[in-house]
Amino acid sequence: MSRTSFVGLCLLPLLITVGLFFVLPVFQLLIVGANSPSGLSAYSAIVTEPRYRQSLIATLVLSVATTLVTVAVATIAGLFLQRNVFPGRAILISILTLPLAFPGVVVGFMIIILGGRQGIVGDLSRAMTGQKVIFAYSIAGLFLGYLYFSIPRVILTIMASIEKLDPQLEEAARSLGAGTWAVHRDVVLPALVPAFIASGAICFATAMGAFGTAFTLAARIDVLAMVIYTEFTLNANIAMAASLSVGLGLITWIALALARSLAGSSVAAAG
Amino acid sequence: MPRKLSFTLQFSFTILVALFLILPAIMSMLAGITTNYARGVSSGLTASWIIEVWNLYADTIVRSLVLAFTTLVCTLLVGVPAAYALHTIGGRIARLIEEVITLPLAIPGLAIALALIITYGGSGSFRQSSAFILVGHVVFTMPFMVRSVMAVLGSIDVSTLEEGAASLGASRWQRFITVVVPNVRPGILAGSLMVVTLSLGEFNLTWMLHTPLTKTLPVGLADSYASMRLEIASAYTLVFFVMIVPLLVAMQIMGQKQSRSSKS
Repeated sequence: MSRTSFVGLCLLPLLITVGLFFVLPVFQLLIVGANSPSGLSAYSAIVTEPRYRQSLIATLVLSVATTLVTVAVATIAGLFLQRNVFPGRAILISILTLPLAFPGVVVGFMIIILGGRQGIVGDLSRAMTGQKVIFAYSIAGLFLGYLYFSIPRVILTIMASIEKLDPQLEEAARSLGAGTWAVHRDVVLPALVPAFIASGAICFATAMGAFGTAFTLAARIDVLAMVIYTEFTLNANIAMAASLSVGLGLITWIALALARSLAGSSVAAAG
Repeated sequence: MPRKLSFTLQFSFTILVALFLILPAIMSMLAGITTNYARGVSSGLTASWIIEVWNLYADTIVRSLVLAFTTLVCTLLVGVPAAYALHTIGGRIARLIEEVITLPLAIPGLAIALALIITYGGSGSFRQSSAFILVGHVVFTMPFMVRSVMAVLGSIDVSTLEEGAASLGASRWQRFITVVVPNVRPGILAGSLMVVTLSLGEFNLTWMLHTPLTKTLPVGLADSYASMRLEIASAYTLVFFVMIVPLLVAMQIMGQKQSRSSKS
């Protein structure tokens, strides 16, 4: 067998699988979104129809807020863990990265355990102030859920790039008289910008597409994924569900592509 | 700021974040073996919730295990040869194909599921079977296997190894099986762990693709969170943790080994 035909044979099963079960369906999705009774209007409805527009804005705001807070939290914790050696450090790192593969539904349940009707926070607050605090089903609960699944993803990337920083640069800055804060502001943080962009984009894309957490918490805020699900199952509005999916997919894909061209490393969202 | 105060502040912050992540997991595991969670652990420990979960949801647990294993077999059979082919071809075409197969990671699972339903939803028996979910899982996990194997291929000199085998008279197929595959074992192992972990926990796609007769573990979890008492939901989550945490720990250990060997 010639080299070319053997390599082709190795590649063929992948091309068939991905072609049949990904490329073709995605084209169908694009077409169905455009083939609604009112033509391309299913696509324009994403921005013209108040209900969809509001959901789009709410999801964008939630995802951006999640990304900013997650990157900040991960940077503080990551710098600390990478710069200090103390007993229990390895366990702490394991705890911070363990929830990496928890599905969104389980994350939602973790928030219910934390802030639901029988939650830890509610019990603590009743013992201390007599008032039972329940936040799991509010925007606060949803936001904490998004932080819960974002922190492990981001912290890994940021810790890896902190490890790669050149300590000589910091020493040089310090020998020139820069204080701790100045070293961080002028040397450490600028060097971490590519990691911020890469991990921030993954975080943003994952938050935009997240479905399980909102589903479990049945929050009153309609994130885009929940609207798509409702349109499809309850309203049987397949064209609208398709066009919203295409819009959502486009946003996450552009975010990741932009991040990759800015940060220059391979970036992908998962989960 | 004095060094000691700064250390204490950062330490407390990191502990707080760790508590936020681990405390609910511990409490939920505890709730799964507590007689009455509202009255606390003092009401006694019991295995009856776990037995109840087994009675109610055994089929979802078995189905998820079978699905994860089948997904793994598919990604191995399709993904490993493809990674080798993409590595050999190289250049723009290989990059383009890699780009396309990685797209399922950049597009929300809900959208992919919807695309599959629109395209194949009409074919009754396929739509009704677990194979419909399998297809989604394979598309979603394939990039992890392909990239993981390609990463190892990029770090070893395959062509020299292959030339050596060829000079001894090995056919292309023999070379692939006896030279390439053993050399990319770390990539296959890392990819396999990832594929099984992701398949076991996949919800976004599966929720759309499942039927009442093809519920998986995460689908059952969502079900129990909505309709069961906290103890049963917790016991069910505990079963899920027992399945998934060893895989996560294995991945962490592999990651540490890799970063250590790349440093030395």
